[in-house]
Amino acid sequence: MSVLVFVEADNGAIKKSSFEAVTCGAKLGDVTAVAMGDINAGELEALGKYGAKKVLHAADSRLNDGVIAATALLVAEAAKKEGAQTVLMARSSLVDAVAARVAVKLNVPVASNVVELPDTSAGFKVKRGVFTGKAFAEVSIPGDSRVITLAKNAVAPEEVGGTAAVEAFEVNFSDADFGVKRTSVHKQEGDILLPEADLVVSAGRGLKGPENWGMIEELAKTLGAATACSKPVSDMDWRPHHEHVGQTGIKVSPNLYIAVGISGAIQHLAGVSSSRVIVAINKDPEAPFFKAADYGVVGDAFDVVPKLIEALKASN
Amino acid sequence: MKILVCISHVPDTTTKIKFTADNKLDTAGVQFIIGPYDDYALARAVEIAGETSGTVTVLNVGGADTEPTIRKALAIGADDAIRVDAEPVDAMFVAKQIVEVAKQENYDMILMGRESSDYNGGLVHGLVAEMLGMPSIAPCMKLDLNGNTATLSREIEGGKEELEVQLPFVAGCQEPIAEWKIPNMRGIMSARKKPLKVVPAVDTENVTSYDAFSLPPAKGDCKMVEPDNMTELVRLLKEEAKVI
Ligand SMILES: Cc1cc2nc3c(=O)[nH]c(=O)nc-3n(C[C@H](O)[C@H](O)[C@H](O)COP(=O)(O)OP(=O)(O)OC[C@H]3O[C@@H](n4cnc5c(N)ncnc54)[C@H](O)[C@@H]3O)c2cc1C
Repeated sequence: MSVLVFVEADNGAIKKSSFEAVTCGAKLGDVTAVAMGDINAGELEALGKYGAKKVLHAADSRLNDGVIAATALLVAEAAKKEGAQTVLMARSSLVDAVAARVAVKLNVPVASNVVELPDTSAGFKVKRGVFTGKAFAEVSIPGDSRVITLAKNAVAPEEVGGTAAVEAFEVNFSDADFGVKRTSVHKQEGDILLPEADLVVSAGRGLKGPENWGMIEELAKTLGAATACSKPVSDMDWRPHHEHVGQTGIKVSPNLYIAVGISGAIQHLAGVSSSRVIVAINKDPEAPFFKAADYGVVGDAFDVVPKLIEALKASN
Repeated sequence: MKILVCISHVPDTTTKIKFTADNKLDTAGVQFIIGPYDDYALARAVEIAGETSGTVTVLNVGGADTEPTIRKALAIGADDAIRVDAEPVDAMFVAKQIVEVAKQENYDMILMGRESSDYNGGLVHGLVAEMLGMPSIAPCMKLDLNGNTATLSREIEGGKEELEVQLPFVAGCQEPIAEWKIPNMRGIMSARKKPLKVVPAVDTENVTSYDAFSLPPAKGDCKMVEPDNMTELVRLLKEEAKVI
């Protein structure tokens, strides 16, 4: 099967979720990757290690802005050029909209939020997360080609050790493809991106105020984790909106999710319950989070978190 | 300003999801609501219509059972409603129905949630925009108008970006684009009289089929660690869970 994988970069470096998508693609067939904008050359070659045979690179700097329509045209043109039967992308703030538009351009079915390697033993079947993480659906996608988007951690990135030839790729864009103009970007630099993180330290209203986040940041730093929060915390502007996880926020599925002073309301759990291991720290032994957690500590966050930081530092 | 707001009809967020023996959602005792993200789109649309003497039409693709949800949207401030009479099959099916309706009028904006909270596809805004040849923005967390130009902000990993686009466009919305609006008594009374048009679905080929549903495996017991023994927690995370 011929597979096209759209890979995304952040600050010139390919995202881990894109390596996951390339790994997934390589298990399905021959992978060509398509990448856009400014990306370090070494990064593009590294895609070969995960199984990409070829990389199409559209260096057009207008693509740095991540415009949905132009990105979709790029991916669709690459898919046509390669005769791709499966177009694969890792879910991101850009990809859902891009995947949808690519499917229309190619006139093929599309399924998003796929949580494991598709089953190609008879036809093409995927398992999707539905009802905000509370259930899964098995979906058959008939026909010869399709577009799918992968949930984070659906397939672990695997180095298979090949090399990829990088080719320049050009698309004839029209002005309409860049109809959405980016006027500014506000981004926290240097932090681990929450949707990409393997480890997440999250805190809720139990922390009482933004001035108390120092210890949460220190815990995250000690672990090499990203920070997150519950919805009321971002609603009150204690933390930026892009840290808010849950049903109406970002959905994460890290290997470890540590929840400090968060009750574990069903809407919060909807965004985090697919984490591999969950630790809940809460002073209320009846907090619902303990029903979703693997490890629990009943105690005051202001007492427990400093002790946890100390124990982590001592063990390093 | 003519705004079309597409709403989904989804189980209330606190619903415990169960399936029937023939693999359908078990709706016994389930309360249905406007999709939480769609609610944000609707709230902003009602504000913009108020500022521009515009109108808001809500649209739902669904059976007659979705009408209470549509009436709620009318009570929140939409002017009229359209229900495309069909059980939604998948995102592509819903998008094609929306496009048919959208083609009948010149809407300046088509707003909806970034994704529905039942099938969580996040695809409908992109599908509709591409089929109509319009620009699209998602996830959209701010939307202001200045004549024919809209300024928006879009959530990106680790932050947000500010954007500008000419009308018409499609946006998949999320908070904090507006405060949710709760219908008041006057809204509820007037909603009963607002027009709700039912239109037949257009024929489209089904492209995907939902064969089966399953629930995540039950969680084991939570292992409790004493608050003054964080060394033990670190050991468990390292040696037992192997996550650090
Ligand atoms: C439609 C809808 C969508 C929603 N979407 C989301 C969403 O996406 N994400 C989300 O998070 N929420 C969401 N919510 C809100 C959700 O229902 C809860 O209100 C929210 O998750 C509660 O946040 P919290 O646990 O931080 O605060 P609280 O409910 O106030 O809980 C604070 C917790 O901290 C504990 N605590 C207090 N002091 C301490 C201390 N010193 N040490 C240790 N523990 C302490 C308390 O025992 C309590 O359990 C949504 C709600 C609705 C209706």
